[in-house]
Amino acid sequence: MSSYFFRRLWQFIPTLLGVVLLVFFLFNWVGGDPAYILAGKIASPELIENIRRSLGVDQPYWVQLWIFVKQIATADFGVSWSTNERVSQIFATRLGPSLTVLVPLLLVSTVIALAAAMLVAYYRGSLTDRGIMIACTVGQSVSILVYILLLQYWLAYQLGWFPVQGWGSTLGENLLGYAALPILVGVIVSLAPDIRLYRTFFLDEIGQDYVRTARAKGLGEGRVIWLHVLRNAAIPITTNVMMQIPGLLAGAFLIERFFSIPGIGREVILAVERSDFPVIKAVTVYVAIATMVVNLLADLTYRMLDPRVQLK
Amino acid sequence: MNLWLLAGQRFLHDRVCVASAVVVLGFIAVAGASAVGWIARDWSEEVAVSYAPPRFAGVERAEERAQAEGKAVAQNDFGIADPIGQELAEVRASLSERLKDEARSASLAFGADKWGRDVLKKAIKGTETSLLVGFAAAGLATLLGTLFGAFAGYYGRWVDDLFNWLYSVFTSIPYLLLVLAVAAVLGQKGVLTVVLILGLTGWTGIFRLVRAEYLKHRVREYVLAADSVGASDLRRMFAHILPNVSHVVLVQLSLHVVLFIKSEVILSFLGFGVGVDTVSWGSMLAEAPSELILGMWWQIAAATIAMALAVTAFGLFTDAARDALDPRLQ
Repeated sequence: MSSYFFRRLWQFIPTLLGVVLLVFFLFNWVGGDPAYILAGKIASPELIENIRRSLGVDQPYWVQLWIFVKQIATADFGVSWSTNERVSQIFATRLGPSLTVLVPLLLVSTVIALAAAMLVAYYRGSLTDRGIMIACTVGQSVSILVYILLLQYWLAYQLGWFPVQGWGSTLGENLLGYAALPILVGVIVSLAPDIRLYRTFFLDEIGQDYVRTARAKGLGEGRVIWLHVLRNAAIPITTNVMMQIPGLLAGAFLIERFFSIPGIGREVILAVERSDFPVIKAVTVYVAIATMVVNLLADLTYRMLDPRVQLK
Repeated sequence: MNLWLLAGQRFLHDRVCVASAVVVLGFIAVAGASAVGWIARDWSEEVAVSYAPPRFAGVERAEERAQAEGKAVAQNDFGIADPIGQELAEVRASLSERLKDEARSASLAFGADKWGRDVLKKAIKGTETSLLVGFAAAGLATLLGTLFGAFAGYYGRWVDDLFNWLYSVFTSIPYLLLVLAVAAVLGQKGVLTVVLILGLTGWTGIFRLVRAEYLKHRVREYVLAADSVGASDLRRMFAHILPNVSHVVLVQLSLHVVLFIKSEVILSFLGFGVGVDTVSWGSMLAEAPSELILGMWWQIAAATIAMALAVTAFGLFTDAARDALDPRLQ
């Protein structure tokens, strides 16, 4: 177990190096000279020269790469090009709102999707199963944009059940007020793909021999489903939920943007709109690291939940 | 019997498959006709009044609005002599005359947007853009994924390590974040840019599947036989193995068309997608927030219905094609 853990950590190094090289290639080579973005519309040659020197882009590429590596290691990406806010400060203040939306969203959507998937898997082939699966297919084909637009318009603007957008200062105010509708929208959007996926997990388990054995020795249906099937199906579901986390952190940007939630995702969109390279670079690198760590944790959890799995 | 013939037979047996295939072909035909210029060529012409309502919703809406405006004007009259009243009346009269000259219609079959452009024609033009982006980007991603997967799976050893490393790098960055980062760097809009962004970032899933297929196939007897009669590596990879894994590639191609259509809609909505000189379902949705508040629902409805229909049909088509091509079901 520990040898596996350390070997996986060791394997992080080439992947991380690749991410650094990819981001560096994109932003320092493809992206062109940042001085022209920073200097604005009325740029004098001296101004551009000054900016180039202060950013280090007048140096050869390997020096620039070294600067970038040092930035990652010290978590100091300097200041945002558009707001002059420190990038580390941006991260520290934007993470809280993102998590306020994401943690309840993940919990609620997982519980509901589990229940629905169990229901349709148990009654597979029936009208309920077909109905829910068709609803999921159709529901998935509508863009997430439309869900956000219509729910925001209907529930917040027309009915006035929720604030249309905004963000408060205390956790309680946010959870009960501002974050409620974004969480609801997120749950509705993620239900269809989750139910479809979890249904296949449950179907895999329901067909197994141990289920037949459990039934044959006279266990009640509730015990078979809740104790035997759920525990086994929980293994792939847990890892699946864990793997979703890094993607959600940046992927909830549409929800954050529509509801004006000052989170990481909204910051990414703003940064792309303003060509604010330091912020995008920092987000990309750190989310990539988070993804690798979470993937490793997911594998370890898998091992803990399922002793049959041999990690090599 | 030939795999393709068998698959075709099985495909034609299922009514859902045939229906989805018909819808898909219909969308392709509309997009093609729009690209050639037979329909929706004049989508950017301002043919109606601003926010002209769709005809099936009833014209009286527009008249109601005119009446309400008339009332509002009447209420503003406080009995005080208006110093510029006369000039204003003249300007208003000349304006209304000019509007009459242009003869804009008060309603259209599917309504109009803020500038009086036909929503139906915009949706058709958007179909062209979305399908073009979807197919071109999926083609590029499939090409890259198949090439990389073929080399990695066939040669193994350090070639495999190299492509696997590239794969782990690309997949450790969440997909939409990677797309946005590339969009930020390229910094320009247009159909070609969107195709490049989506195609260059979206090859990973295809790579993994094609690599696994090549790993399986390179030790099969027919490949060894090809080797023994002196076929070169490239010939074995692309003339012998590729036709045998092409069903996997085709299903992935179809799957990625849907994925990229959805991504393009989000990119265009955020303003990083196609430019203002063309229209896509995403840029139609981008106009929706301000329209909804005014009660103008037809543009978001047109874009949503067109997209949902296309994506559902493509999804069902892909599922059906996968089932029909699955050799285990024969």
